[in-house]
Amino acid sequence: MSGFLPVFSPKKVPLSACLILITLMTSGFEQSTVRVEPTDSVGPRVMEKQTETAVVQDYLGAWQSLTRAMQENKADGLDAYFVGVAKEKLADTIREQAKLGIQTRYQDQGHNLHFLFYSPEGLSIQLEDTVEYDVQIVDHDKVQGIQHVHSRYVAVLTPTEVRWKVRIFEEVPE
Amino acid sequence: MKLRYTLGLGLILVGLVQVAMTLDFPKRIQAGSAFSLPTSGNGKAVLYIAGPAQVLRRNVRLGENIGFSSGELHNAGHLVAILVGPSSSEQAQFDVVPAPQPATMSFLAKPSRLPVDLHDGISGVVYVFDIFRNLIVDPLQVSFQLSGVQGSVPSHVMQTHDGVAWVKLYSPSKAGAAQFQATVGNVTDARVIQLVPGDPCNLRMSARQSGQRIELQTDPVRDCSGNSVPDGTIVSFTETYDGDQATVDVPLKRGVARTDVPAHDGAVISVATGVVMGNEIRWGAGQR
Repeated sequence: MSGFLPVFSPKKVPLSACLILITLMTSGFEQSTVRVEPTDSVGPRVMEKQTETAVVQDYLGAWQSLTRAMQENKADGLDAYFVGVAKEKLADTIREQAKLGIQTRYQDQGHNLHFLFYSPEGLSIQLEDTVEYDVQIVDHDKVQGIQHVHSRYVAVLTPTEVRWKVRIFEEVPE
Repeated sequence: MKLRYTLGLGLILVGLVQVAMTLDFPKRIQAGSAFSLPTSGNGKAVLYIAGPAQVLRRNVRLGENIGFSSGELHNAGHLVAILVGPSSSEQAQFDVVPAPQPATMSFLAKPSRLPVDLHDGISGVVYVFDIFRNLIVDPLQVSFQLSGVQGSVPSHVMQTHDGVAWVKLYSPSKAGAAQFQATVGNVTDARVIQLVPGDPCNLRMSARQSGQRIELQTDPVRDCSGNSVPDGTIVSFTETYDGDQATVDVPLKRGVARTDVPAHDGAVISVATGVVMGNEIRWGAGQR
């Protein structure tokens, strides 16, 4: 999939007072829903609303850049949103894909974000994301199969000059 | 007629044998471990394994085992597998989970320099990884210890949650270089934290006549824990006389500050450093 539109409009849904539902329009695919659970209990550092908003936006931007980089087999597409071990591992996957002539197309369908940890000195934020997506494997332009995935990711983001970047990105068993 | 039925049945059976291709991955595989998968059916097939963590394509012969060598699947993550055979395909999903033994850690200790005796002044955060740099999300015990300036302070043992453990510590009361150490399993990492004296405490000066001037000198300037305040710290002496005020700023040398001011009967002399006020001296005939 080509990912999210760069600008999205948050839409409050009166489903629950403690949940924020944001609807993201994805280009060419159906809507992807993002749900952010309340951050009141995140610690040990208190998370300001601006920080939360920035982290959510940057994390979703990271998914967008990931899906695009995986589809186009361009590892440098990760640079803006990933850093450190996360970037190295994803870039290795993309390079391997390119070597094999494989592409993977991720069709993002929804994220449920839950902040787990905001470090005392403010230099790392950990969140979990229960994510749903379809992944399509394409070998030399021939679709070999598509699967629906429901899984839980743990991500650690650290602040950089311009945005929060994903430093650890790992799917963990639910 | 019979022959036609037999041939038809034979073709159906061959077809059944061809579609009876299976792909049976274990639900979880430890990162880096060697394993093999049995396959059924016959003919050639291509196995695809893909996820953000890793991608792999393997030509396989159905009916034989597919072997994965040690270290081949090393990045933790959720992977999808598709086995594409001559006439059908099979799908599976599985998790590669981190190896349980910690091999490295990311240890962030802050700040690198701080005053002594500060409540929750030092923080340490540890992320624990296996040998393949996968974050180990299963709980592990992390021991944090501060040592070096006052012997060893009892260690704080914390458990990781989703791969992270953290601690906040009181900064010791003795100035100097402390070693802040984190240990998980056989992995230890350390950071040096410089503990500097706090604000001066009980700032005190004395005065004596020297000709037409008054010589002023502080007692050795220390913080409330008894650490010497570093040389170069500015001490301000202020003389107030007849509505006029004169201030002399002097850096500490060898722990004390010295200066002299004009001797005026009735002058009031005070001393301060930073936000800390010291004693006050009213100069009079009796003090000569």
